[in-house]
Amino acid sequence: MSDAPVIDGHGLHWLDEEGPDGEVVLSTRVRLARNLQGFPFSVRADVEDRDRVLDQVRAAVESSDVLADPELWEIRRLEPVDRIVLLERHLVSHELIGRADEEPPNGAALAISEGRSLGLMVNEEDHLRLQTLRGGLQLDTAWKEVEQLDEELGQRLPFAFHHEFGFLTSCPTNVGTGLRASVLIHLPGLVLTKEISKVLDGISQVGLIFRGLYGEGSEVVGNFFQISNQTTLGKTEEDLIDHLAKIMGQVIAYEQQARAVLLREAPNVLEDKVWRAYGILRNARSLAFDEMMNLLSGVRLGLTLKLLRTPRVQTLNRIMIFAQTAHLERTAHRRLDDSDADVFRASFVRRALATDEEVLASEQKAAEGGDQ
Amino acid sequence: MRCENCGEREAEIHLTEIEGGDMVTSHLCSACAGDKGLESTVPAETEPLADFLAQIGEGATDAALAGVDEGCPYCGTSPQDFRRTGRLGCSQCYAHFAPQLRGLLRRVHGATQHMGKIYLSQATDLSDPAIRVATLKRRLERAVEIEDFEAAANLRDQIHDLEIVESR
Repeated sequence: MSDAPVIDGHGLHWLDEEGPDGEVVLSTRVRLARNLQGFPFSVRADVEDRDRVLDQVRAAVESSDVLADPELWEIRRLEPVDRIVLLERHLVSHELIGRADEEPPNGAALAISEGRSLGLMVNEEDHLRLQTLRGGLQLDTAWKEVEQLDEELGQRLPFAFHHEFGFLTSCPTNVGTGLRASVLIHLPGLVLTKEISKVLDGISQVGLIFRGLYGEGSEVVGNFFQISNQTTLGKTEEDLIDHLAKIMGQVIAYEQQARAVLLREAPNVLEDKVWRAYGILRNARSLAFDEMMNLLSGVRLGLTLKLLRTPRVQTLNRIMIFAQTAHLERTAHRRLDDSDADVFRASFVRRALATDEEVLASEQKAAEGGDQ
Repeated sequence: MRCENCGEREAEIHLTEIEGGDMVTSHLCSACAGDKGLESTVPAETEPLADFLAQIGEGATDAALAGVDEGCPYCGTSPQDFRRTGRLGCSQCYAHFAPQLRGLLRRVHGATQHMGKIYLSQATDLSDPAIRVATLKRRLERAVEIEDFEAAANLRDQIHDLEIVESR
């Protein structure tokens, strides 16, 4: 038996939240970059520096009131598959866990609160990356949650701060507030109506950037876009949050308009597309991840336009997390090569969709029974 | 359209000014506009970090940048290290590379002055009360701005208490 920590359902609470604007927005993330005075940044830190940073952070985390019953996991003590599981849950970065064929970086750790997705990465690009994840569009809530943690940790740890440049970060693109707020948004309507490039151009002109599902450098799959603030200096945190919230409100409105246009102009094409997507997901015996994401996009669109009655949106969210390869491997208790993973994925998706169909059928039966 | 000033580069900045009741439009390239102290409020679409890093490289031969040939005295990060990794080595690098950083920060963020949260560590609490009063006042302004009156009242009390201590 291994004595590696058990990561269970940590960091997935946002999945069950009925978040505001959940028809379009999957999740909201806010992170703050902080460094400790007296230590070189991670890029220059030696093993001893990194260990000392971790020790200081561990003491602060263990005595934290904001982080309820926190877990602190050193990445190198985790099973390799669990490191990727955390990555698939968007709780750690590639940089934190290191390359698959190497030992994880010394002192790299994740602290996470019990019952919430609030926590921090330790010894990433910056000594601390405070972060939270919420369901739907909840920028204010997410910011306040992280700020509360920032206030508390700032009293227990000496943060590197400069009167002119603000909170100092290893990369000057994060300096000042150290704040990156991002919204994971589903825009199939704008993609299908070919309005998406206009919207993305507009976004980049107002100081925001978009990325794919897994952040920097990742591809856009399943019409999911991660939109975040580009600048971190020269504005207050509240201004950065408000600006992003305002623009997101506009993007959501455009997306809803585009969906309405599709439904009005091409109802048959749309309905066919949605049902085909559902049919494949419900029956396929092998599903690659990207293919699944694109089909899930169609099903999600169909649900919000009430073309489909099942599955529940939460089920789609769960599939997006649990049908990723490391999650499947954890369930299978073994490594899966690509073709095995595709088979396991298809099976997982079929079962998840079947369960929701059964629930709906039994609800209908109960309702009919009640009528008699 | 060519730049009116140098006549060489393409004009990118089109500035309209009112001079003595007349409207005058000048067409300038970004370099000449920069020389005249004009900055576009539209963020540059280029890769600011890459531009800056390239600039630091040129800086090695530029007399004006001679001071940064030296690496950071605290962590040893050299301009070349920064150009290669895009990352600074320690918090002292910010002071050491400050003149060059301001140019970069202006291009990346459109500003150099932090306007967000003021960090008050426990160590700061115990130090110079004047600094503490100044930062609390800035926080108070922010609190009033966002209409967080409970926080504002609290801050006002703290400032009041500190000013009494100071005036003794």
